[in-house]
Amino acid sequence: MQWQSLERFFSMGGYGFYVWGSYAVAAAVLAAEVWSLRRRRRAALAQVRAAPAAGRSA
Amino acid sequence: MSSVTASPGFSLFRYAAPNVFYPLAGRMVPWFAALAAVLAAAGLYIGFFLAPTDAQQGDSYRIIYIHVPSAWMAMLLYVVMAFWAGVGLAFNTRLSSMMAQAIAPTGALMAFISLWTGALWGRPTWGTYWVWDARLTSTLILLFLYLGFIALQAAIDDSRRADKAGAVLALVGVVNVPIIYFSVKWWNTLHQGASVKPGSSAMASIMLAGMLVMVFAFWTYAIAAVLARLRTIIVERERRAQWVLEARERGSL
Repeated sequence: MQWQSLERFFSMGGYGFYVWGSYAVAAAVLAAEVWSLRRRRRAALAQVRAAPAAGRSA
Repeated sequence: MSSVTASPGFSLFRYAAPNVFYPLAGRMVPWFAALAAVLAAAGLYIGFFLAPTDAQQGDSYRIIYIHVPSAWMAMLLYVVMAFWAGVGLAFNTRLSSMMAQAIAPTGALMAFISLWTGALWGRPTWGTYWVWDARLTSTLILLFLYLGFIALQAAIDDSRRADKAGAVLALVGVVNVPIIYFSVKWWNTLHQGASVKPGSSAMASIMLAGMLVMVFAFWTYAIAAVLARLRTIIVERERRAQWVLEARERGSL
């Protein structure tokens, strides 16, 4: 293990702001995408549920 | 199985019908999502705990594990998006155009991540967050191409017309991808040259291993996200189709 302490791990040799700033924003962006995918899917399904019953001829 | 309304022909073309592809994509999404999570955990473990500190850049280089994968995915997704948009334009296949539409937001996010992480990597290594150099500028144009594609499709109400307009934009924009890739060769850029070329690598093997695992993690994530979005787009566009209403009755939507 190359990190002697948790503190050293977080400081990233003085580059903590840049390294964690990169990872935090990337993780937030991907989490936001997953969240918006779920929301959009729920909205689409709700729209289908509200549609009139099947069985009519197109 | 649901009743297939499309005429049966080649078995491959069968999957071009949204009602056939919809359940197939639904089965694929969780597998790719799980694979992405496992690969990301492995890649980050290699990148942060096995790979050593870089002799020149210190620990700032560890941004590479998300910078390069997101930059590659942004370029790859654009080509795939333009391909499917072009197929939709040429053969008038609905699913191809929906696929292009499903790829665009994930591609835009990848382009954004590569620019953001690049800026935070540029500051400690070059002394600046941003410079109008060929690699950075062409990647910014890639992000704008994605956003333009999304905005154009959103602006046109008739989805088939939106598909056609978007396809033209996507295909014209393809020219930007080789420009991004070769920019570090063609121009004297601040951005370093390719660290990984076919057959050779300028990186230590453990760093390269971590980066490649992260590339596959991003790849599988993108597949999961795009397929999930494609399923939603299919429901949105086909909500009046008989098969959607039947699937609703069966509870298999």
